[in-house]
Amino acid sequence: MSALTVDRLTVGYGDGAPVVADLSLDLPDGAVLALLGANGAGKTTLLRALTGLVPARGGRVLLDGRDLTGLSTEDRVRRGLALVPEGRSVVVELTVEENLRLGALWRHRGPARARAVAAAYELFEPLARRRHAAGHTLSGGERQMLALARALIAEPAVLLLDEPSLGLAPLVVAQLLGVLRDTAERTGLTVLLAEQNVTGALSVADRGVVLSLGAVVADRPAAALAADPALRHAYLGF
Amino acid sequence: MRTLLRAALITLLAIAATFGLDPFRNYQLATAAGVFAAVAGLTVLIGLTGQLSLGHAVLMAAGGYGYAATATAVDAAAPDAGPAALLAGLAGAAAASGALGLLLGMAAARLRGPYLAGLTLALVIALPSAANVLPLGGEQGLSAPFLPVPEALSALIAVEQWHAWLAILISAAAVTPLVLLRAGRPGLRMRAVLGDETAAALAGVRPGPVKTAAFVASAVPAGLGGAVLAVATQQVTPGGYGLAFSLTLVVAAVIGGLGSIGGAAIGAVLVVALPWLVDTAVEAVPADLGQRLNGNLAVLLFGAVVIAATLARPDGAAGLLARLRRPTPAAPTPATPSTNTER
Amino acid sequence: MDRLVFLLATGLARGAVLALFALSLVIVWRAARAVNFAQAAMAVCAVYIAFALTAASGSYWLGLAGGLAAGAALGAAVERGLMRRLPHLTPLPGMICAIGLVMVLQSGLAIAFGPEHRPMRPPFSQSPFVIGGVPVLSPYDLFVLVTAAAVMGALALLFAGTSLGLRLRAAAFAPETSRLLGVRVPRMVTIGWALSVAAAALAAILLVPTELGLNPHAADLLFVNAFAVAVIGGLDSPAGALAAGLGVGVLVSLTTGYVSASAAPLAVLALLTAVLLLRPGGLFAAREARRA
Repeated sequence: MSALTVDRLTVGYGDGAPVVADLSLDLPDGAVLALLGANGAGKTTLLRALTGLVPARGGRVLLDGRDLTGLSTEDRVRRGLALVPEGRSVVVELTVEENLRLGALWRHRGPARARAVAAAYELFEPLARRRHAAGHTLSGGERQMLALARALIAEPAVLLLDEPSLGLAPLVVAQLLGVLRDTAERTGLTVLLAEQNVTGALSVADRGVVLSLGAVVADRPAAALAADPALRHAYLGF
Repeated sequence: MRTLLRAALITLLAIAATFGLDPFRNYQLATAAGVFAAVAGLTVLIGLTGQLSLGHAVLMAAGGYGYAATATAVDAAAPDAGPAALLAGLAGAAAASGALGLLLGMAAARLRGPYLAGLTLALVIALPSAANVLPLGGEQGLSAPFLPVPEALSALIAVEQWHAWLAILISAAAVTPLVLLRAGRPGLRMRAVLGDETAAALAGVRPGPVKTAAFVASAVPAGLGGAVLAVATQQVTPGGYGLAFSLTLVVAAVIGGLGSIGGAAIGAVLVVALPWLVDTAVEAVPADLGQRLNGNLAVLLFGAVVIAATLARPDGAAGLLARLRRPTPAAPTPATPSTNTER
Repeated sequence: MDRLVFLLATGLARGAVLALFALSLVIVWRAARAVNFAQAAMAVCAVYIAFALTAASGSYWLGLAGGLAAGAALGAAVERGLMRRLPHLTPLPGMICAIGLVMVLQSGLAIAFGPEHRPMRPPFSQSPFVIGGVPVLSPYDLFVLVTAAAVMGALALLFAGTSLGLRLRAAAFAPETSRLLGVRVPRMVTIGWALSVAAAALAAILLVPTELGLNPHAADLLFVNAFAVAVIGGLDSPAGALAAGLGVGVLVSLTTGYVSASAAPLAVLALLTAVLLLRPGGLFAAREARRA
């Protein structure tokens, strides 16, 4: 059973040429897929279209077999889709605790909310130490950790991440990706990880999909992609 | 230049039209001409620089007071100096409204939309108080000299027609520079600032001075419009320039299409003619209801038209603005109150 | 000295109403990044409904409750029916639409109810307590202070301490991120408008009995003053609204008492201009500059 199916999706902005053209993709349950490609290849647009932030011109998105077409972003999220957007998406006017709680609101009720937040602190220890800090006082790494924790707290079925490693130190990146991989293995979470950091992404993924000019140009097991120099060179430029 | 010829032609046509109208209609025409001057300034201001002024009535009042004070003084000093009183009065009107426009413009340059609108609103509400505190004659206001028909024409035309002619000429003189400004480089600069301030600044167009200049450019015609009203009614009172009137100016600008001077003319005629039409129609209605409808029904209709206009072509009010902005990549879905403050 | 005490006390009572109205503007600013220029007109509509309910039932409290409910309903209706359909790239369409709404509401009220000033009887006496020979506050003033303070406190509690408040704040600060967290942002915006207009309605209901009477323009001056207050305090600062509200209330009271009633709008205008020119961020502003 596919956790997420993208069926001939076409996305564009205004009247311009499509940024994502007739794209089809299949995410099996529990898989971790790395979405690779250069800047402008359409990774961000694809993720935004999957979550409904950008309207699609054509095609469908199926979450667990159910068509998401026409659903608002918040409704898609409530069906189990989550996105950690590019850049710092922490709500800086709120504290760490409030950000986490916000993420837990729709999924949990009453005391379960507090339990979910506590569980998040266990998983992401550095956040526990800063629980009452305002968002804007957090470092880049802490913010990304918070964004990830906040997305996970709602126990999504499918988690999309848009360049989580952007601007972060390698050590922090390794830590984050490690937590991500562990959580995915533990809970059966399906992950679509869009990255320019190819090595990091391929190290935690099962499969790698390369996007170029809005279309899929390669779909291989991650190990193969990482190991094959010709493939890497052709599509990833190194 | 073509614009000047066109302006002259329209002016002559308007003057010719006054022969076909009865005295009351000519009086209305004079009023409409005055309102037109103010609305033209306002519509250029909002349409080309996005600055919403809710207080243009105060600028008209400033012009009116300036005219009244100066004309009365000159008239007293030199009673038989022909058009001196009128011309001096107009200069006074332009000076007063220009000065106030400059002050407001300097404030406007530093303020974003709602804040400027709020400031101008406060100004309108404060006008009656200002009239009491400053030497402006309080509630009674100031009176302006009555301008009789000149000897040479007295056999031909009545006084209302004469005033209509003056009104048309003054308004033409006030609005024509706006048309030129709009079509020329200043207009381009204004539109650049409206579209993207940062980009404009990088291109060497300073947003602050441009916005201030736009405000002054819209204030002077408004002031001259106030002078026109003073010519037609021979008085300037704070009651004549209240909140309702100021909002009516905005309505006229919106109805005609923001940024369009031709539209301003249509809007001006409408806001002068419609209340009168409605009140006449209302006379047929039984006394008590009729009393309440008097004046209010017109305002109700105007409000409804403004709402409908903004809903139907949100582009109309913002279209000029939207077309100037480069298309933003992230199209927000219609249901969200999208803001630019996302981090 | 007696006069000063009396003016200060009255100023505080008026200031509490101003602060409450200013807070309502802060709420709608935060929820929708819009200054609702129709706030006064909508509040006055609610007051008319309160007035009618009180007249029909004989109970001030029923009228009060009804007025609040009417305000909330009106706020929600205007947001869903009107404001939601407008583009938000610039605040201009919203402001112009609000102006149209003001015209429709005020003329509609005048047509329906006539221009007469209808005196509204307050539930408590308006003659001041005399403490040590000095007239201070009247029972009604005290009621106004307590009510305004209680409501502002309740709102603060709502926003800072409840899940709904968290969602409202998040939807206002970061709509897109909030939607990605399952928050129904459009609904939060509607709720924000409803709360805002209800608070404004309460402020107007508290104010009108102290004025000449209920009429379609009863809240115009209140709006302008409250807008000045909101701007002075910083449009996204509730604490600023409170402090500035009390401050301006006292200013108006002192100006009216020592100079004249008609000088008060000028004093407020002068203060507003000064703040806008010297500290454009507002005295307590949090983040966004009001730089054009």
